[in-house]
Amino acid sequence: MTAPFSTTGVPRLARGVKLRFDRSRERHVLLLPETVVELNGTGTAILQLCDGQRTVADIVAALREQYADVPEGQVVAYLAKLAERRHLEIHE
Amino acid sequence: MSEIDGDAAERSSTTVEGPLGLLAELTYRCPLACAYCSNPIELAAYRDELDTAEWQRVITEAAELGALQCHLSGGEPLLRRDLADLVRTAAEQGLYTNLVTSALGFTAKRAAELHDAGLDHVQVSLQADEPALSDRIAGLPSFARKIDAARRVRELGWPLTLNVVLHRQNIDRIPEILAAAEELEADRIELANTQYYGWAALNRAALLPSREQLAEAEVVVREAKERLRGRMEIIYVIPDYYATYPKPCMGGWGARQLVVVPTGDALPCLAAHGLPLPSANVREHDLAWIWRDSPMFSAYRGTDWMQDPCRSCDRREVDLGGCRCQAFALTGDATRTDPVCHLSPDHGIVEAAVAEANEERTPVDLPLVPRRERQRN
Repeated sequence: MTAPFSTTGVPRLARGVKLRFDRSRERHVLLLPETVVELNGTGTAILQLCDGQRTVADIVAALREQYADVPEGQVVAYLAKLAERRHLEIHE
Repeated sequence: MSEIDGDAAERSSTTVEGPLGLLAELTYRCPLACAYCSNPIELAAYRDELDTAEWQRVITEAAELGALQCHLSGGEPLLRRDLADLVRTAAEQGLYTNLVTSALGFTAKRAAELHDAGLDHVQVSLQADEPALSDRIAGLPSFARKIDAARRVRELGWPLTLNVVLHRQNIDRIPEILAAAEELEADRIELANTQYYGWAALNRAALLPSREQLAEAEVVVREAKERLRGRMEIIYVIPDYYATYPKPCMGGWGARQLVVVPTGDALPCLAAHGLPLPSANVREHDLAWIWRDSPMFSAYRGTDWMQDPCRSCDRREVDLGGCRCQAFALTGDATRTDPVCHLSPDHGIVEAAVAEANEERTPVDLPLVPRRERQRN
């Protein structure tokens, strides 16, 4: 599933992908079969909202409660990148 | 929120951070006899396997050291009756658990147990796309059971990776192998050319493909990657004998991965059994000491151990000298540049093997020496 997708799409982690806090390195990571994707704070904030319930628009709204400036285009681009890599599925 | 980019920079390989992954080679027993196996030749020396409590301690210590993933491999890990217990321990430690299996013995009952224990992912090996060739390579009628097992993986909701080790005798069948993978709705397929360790090194002449075979394979893979984009991930690995530069083996010596073999020796690379370094066994030492301080893990960490041409090479932090075990196996000196590098003074060894693989009179199906436990004298 690749972009473009609409902001009514509902993202969730793909099968076999886990979001975990890496205690020893004090950061969140995505765990896949043979890959560890290290996340920064904003990546983590976005992915924690990808719960299979919220739409992309809901996620942007939720981020706006935490951050002053949330460009929707950048959130969409980030989600699209993860979907392209099959870390994320976006259901319409 | 000025910048959104979830991927942090690659970490430096020079600091002693904890390992990212534990590769637990639970047993070297295996029902299959694949001639490309990377397990050591002297299989009989690995019968005294760690028991359940010992493995559970290894898994727990690896997680405490910082490991995030636990690969359960072998041999055939399903031959360990305690596999589900080990999976449960790893899952309780928060590790991502990955089973690497031939799928023989992956019965509905075992699969359900492993699912309940929290297993995250299953990789099933396939030797070819059809029974005759697959069973010949595996040394056992096994193809049909593998296909059943792969379906079972999907039915239980796991993501499915197929592992296909490529070599001279199956590389011409990539289109058919990919069709089989599509039929099974695999999420990922690893098409990795043989690495010449253990039994594969013994069988190298019968396994190394020709330049022509590789060229054809690359065309097929490129087309398939494009066609299957977003549906199935294809990981293709060329034989390093044909590469210009060596692979950065294991992401660096003692940098990312920790291997523990059936008898408890901890190794920085799955082919390091024979290196002339003092062994570091989990029965004698805790994993933290082994990882941070043991001679086994310190010997080739970073770049200080390098000789020229690596020492003065611009790519020394990229390739990390290649594989120490391959350098040792081919030259007798683990600190030399991996001979697959075109800059290595020993590159002639690799060129000779490649020349042999490309002689017109070398057939595609040379006899294979099957992997099996031999009686020791």
